[in-house]
Amino acid sequence: MKKIRISIIGFGVIGSGVAKVISKKRDYIKHRHGIDLELVGIGERNGGIACEDGVDPIEAYNLAKTKEMEKHPCWKEEMNGINVIREVNADIVVETTPTNIDSGEPGLSHMMTAFKNKRHVVTSNKGPLAVAYKELIKTAEENDVQFRFEASVGGAMPVFNLVRECLQANKILSIKGILNGTCNYILTRMSTEGMSYEHALSEAQELGIAETNPSYDVEGMDTACKLVILANEILGMDSTYKDVEIEGITGITIESLKLASDKGYTIKLIGEVEAEKLRVAPRLVPKDHPLAVGGTLNVMSLHTDLAGEITITGKGAGAIETSSSILSDVINIAKR
Amino acid sequence: MDLELKDTPGQLVLALQPISDFEGNIVSVVHHRDKKTPRGMIPVQVAFEIGGEKVSGLINKLKSIGIIVARVGEERLRESRAGILIGHIIHSDIRDTIDQIDATGYAEVVDLTMSMPGIDQRSSARLVINATGKTEMEYALELLRNIAREKDLLLIEPI
Repeated sequence: MKKIRISIIGFGVIGSGVAKVISKKRDYIKHRHGIDLELVGIGERNGGIACEDGVDPIEAYNLAKTKEMEKHPCWKEEMNGINVIREVNADIVVETTPTNIDSGEPGLSHMMTAFKNKRHVVTSNKGPLAVAYKELIKTAEENDVQFRFEASVGGAMPVFNLVRECLQANKILSIKGILNGTCNYILTRMSTEGMSYEHALSEAQELGIAETNPSYDVEGMDTACKLVILANEILGMDSTYKDVEIEGITGITIESLKLASDKGYTIKLIGEVEAEKLRVAPRLVPKDHPLAVGGTLNVMSLHTDLAGEITITGKGAGAIETSSSILSDVINIAKR
Repeated sequence: MDLELKDTPGQLVLALQPISDFEGNIVSVVHHRDKKTPRGMIPVQVAFEIGGEKVSGLINKLKSIGIIVARVGEERLRESRAGILIGHIIHSDIRDTIDQIDATGYAEVVDLTMSMPGIDQRSSARLVINATGKTEMEYALELLRNIAREKDLLLIEPI
C-alpha cells in the first residue's frame, strides 16, 4: 500500500468538498488502486492545521461548514497557507483558493512555493494558470514535480487527461464549447421559458447558480480564463487572458432567442480557440448540434486530425463534481 | 443540368468527361437507368460547380459528342447562413447595412425578420445571407462584423 500525504490550501466550498470526498472514497481507492490518501495539512488565510499523523477529513469538513475552523485542536494562527506548504511534509498540495484573474494570487505564490519545496500540485484554481501558465510549468519541471489542473476547466469533465491519455497521436486543431454553467443556465431559461435576462439572472442567484456579483460569469471572463488554459495546455500556445476577444451575454434579448428558435437555432455563450485566435461570444447553435446542451451543463468539442470531432459533456461546477477531477489528478500522480 | 444519353455502354463516362475537362467540380450524378424519355434516351441529372463563363463552351462540347442537353439550371448563391443583430438597428440605418452586403456582388441578404419590443428598447433582427461559396461567405460575415462594430450592434454569428 502506497501512502500519499495531502495538504489542502484554501478550505472553502471546493477544498472542504475534496476533504469530504477523500473520507468517503478512501477505502475504495485503497482497494482499487492500492493508494492510501491521508490528509496531513489544511491552510487558510488566517491560520491552518498541521498534523503529521493525519487530520480527520470529516471533522475538518464539519468545522468549515459552520465556519469554526479555529476550534480544531490542531489549529494554529501562524500556520497559514504558505507555512503549511513549507512546513507540512506533504507529497501533494491541493490548491483550491479562490480565482484571481488579475494577479493570480494567492494561488500563484502557493503553487510556486510548493514546487520549490518539491511537492506536486493539483489545482482547480484558474487564476494562476491564466496569468502565469509558462512560468508555472517551467518551475514544476525544474523541480521535477508534477502539476495537474484537470478541475480548472469544465469541473467534472475530463479534458486534459482525455487528451493526454487517449488522444496522444492526435493534433488538436481547435476547441469550442460551453465552459460556464451560469451563462448556460440563464440562456436556457430565457430560451425555454421566455424569461427576461434580469429575471433569469435573479432566479440563478436565488438558486446559488450565480454569484451576488455575477459579472465575472455573465461578461465572459470566466469562459475566457478557461479558454486560455485550454489553448496553452492543449494547443501549445502561449496566451494570457488579455489575448481573448470577449463578448458576454448581458446584451442578449428574449426577442433574439425567439428569432433564433424560429429558424431552429438557440443562442449559447461559446468559447472558441482556433488558429491562434481566442474568442468568447454568444453564438447561434443549431438545436440538434452536440454543443446545444441545456441547464448548467458544460460541453466541449475538440477537433482532431485523426479522431475527427470528439465531444464531451458534464457538470462544470459543484464541490463533489470538481473533487472527482481533483482526485483523478491526485491518483494519477500517486501511481507514477 | 439534365442530360439525355443513348442506351449504350460507356455513355455516362462520355458525358461526364467534358465537365471535368472544363474544370467543373461534380457534386452529384443521378442516373435513371430504369426510365426512358419519349425519345428512348436515358435521363441523367448532374449537379456541378463551374465558372459561369465556361458553361456555353461545355454545352457545345456535349452536343458535339451526341449528348442531348435537355435543361440547364443555375444556382448562384449556394451558401446560406443566419445571423442575429441586437441594438438600435433601424436608427443605425438597416437599409445601408443590407446595401453594403448586397453591393459585394457575391453575397445578398435574402431574409430579414425584426422584432421591436418598444421605442426606447433595443431591437433584434434575424438576417439570412446567401453567398456564392464558402470563402465569399467568410468575406460577407467579416463585412457584417465590421458594420456591427461601427454601428454599435451586437452580432450573433452562427457557430
